[in-house]
Amino acid sequence: MAKSIAQEFTKGLWDEIPPFRLVLGLCPVLAVTKTVENGIGMGLATTFVLVCSNLLVSSLRKVIPSKVRIACFIIIIATFVTVVELVMQAYAYPLFLKLGIFIPLIVVNCIVLGRSEAFASKNGIVRSLADGLGIGVGFTLSLAALGAVRELFGSGTLTIWESPIQVFGPSFEPFTFMVEAPGAFVCLGLMLCIMNLLGKK
Amino acid sequence: MRDMIKMVLVLTILAAFSGGLLAAIKDGTAENIEKQKLTFVKGPAIKQILEGASNDPISDRFKLQDQDQERSFFVGVYDGKPKAVAFETFGKGFGGDIGVMVAVDVATDRIVGVSVTTHQETPGVGSRAKTDPDFAAQFTDKAFEGTFKVKPDGGQIDALSGATVTSRGVTGALTQATGVYERVKPQLKEKLQAFGN
Repeated sequence: MAKSIAQEFTKGLWDEIPPFRLVLGLCPVLAVTKTVENGIGMGLATTFVLVCSNLLVSSLRKVIPSKVRIACFIIIIATFVTVVELVMQAYAYPLFLKLGIFIPLIVVNCIVLGRSEAFASKNGIVRSLADGLGIGVGFTLSLAALGAVRELFGSGTLTIWESPIQVFGPSFEPFTFMVEAPGAFVCLGLMLCIMNLLGKK
Repeated sequence: MRDMIKMVLVLTILAAFSGGLLAAIKDGTAENIEKQKLTFVKGPAIKQILEGASNDPISDRFKLQDQDQERSFFVGVYDGKPKAVAFETFGKGFGGDIGVMVAVDVATDRIVGVSVTTHQETPGVGSRAKTDPDFAAQFTDKAFEGTFKVKPDGGQIDALSGATVTSRGVTGALTQATGVYERVKPQLKEKLQAFGN
């Protein structure tokens, strides 16, 4: 069953949305989603890496010998991750300070390697581009959503870009559990539960 | 056999290409990264220890050659005279290098202020070297020469409780800084004289 290019894109937004449906790439999902801004930043960085590596892997898929394909994918992915790291340092330094170690860790993010191995190495360039973009946007949206829930209850604010927006009045007592690590697990669990309820057929 | 050669060839070309690309991007962004670090990491530290300077120490900076390394020096102007210089050195902490910015009064050779810039110390324990003003305040007005040591090592500085290694990192960076100061002092005097005019 051949899917159309639009379908390749939209599957990343719901049917195969990475953290909630595939339950992949949970390390950055749990660690960086303290604020919406961090979530979006991490999502965009991952999207860039996904799209570029998908493009390159797909265009080189006939040249890369299958025995060393994983090594080749890792070289390609690591290159783009370093590009993101340098560019982020040069133009968005505060965000780089907040995301810290999780930017270099995109190299070992199983979503990126998974798409290269499972999709881009078997499909054409346009399809791979649509797939990478879809999965990337889905990942960004999930991180932003999780970040929004955690930030809203954990500190009573929403940070879209740099300055936080106060949502609740001054009498709001922050539910700090939500911005700590255990809160991330609980929140992710609840989100998974909601996704499963909604997707139940 | 042909397979083997192809594998090696493809990997080599890929790696070489990626190396070249990264080198180019690193070169292209180096200047901007330096600028960002100045604004977000070193800037606040310098502003804090050179408080009350009538100039902008970050734009009034120059570089001097110290042994095989180039170091940046930031000048603080007080009462129309370049009175203090600040520069950064690194010491070994608990979780990696600790960057310490120290400002020295060039006329009296005494410390104007000390501030931690970058560190990877344990939050809430070693990180107090940066956040606890009492720790940094101990150094103020001390003569800037010789070695700095924490009290457990027979020195003059109170270590942060529970974070002796971090405190040693900071004093180590300062000890290194006195050496740098000693070496560049003649060049520094020249530069500052030119600066006044």
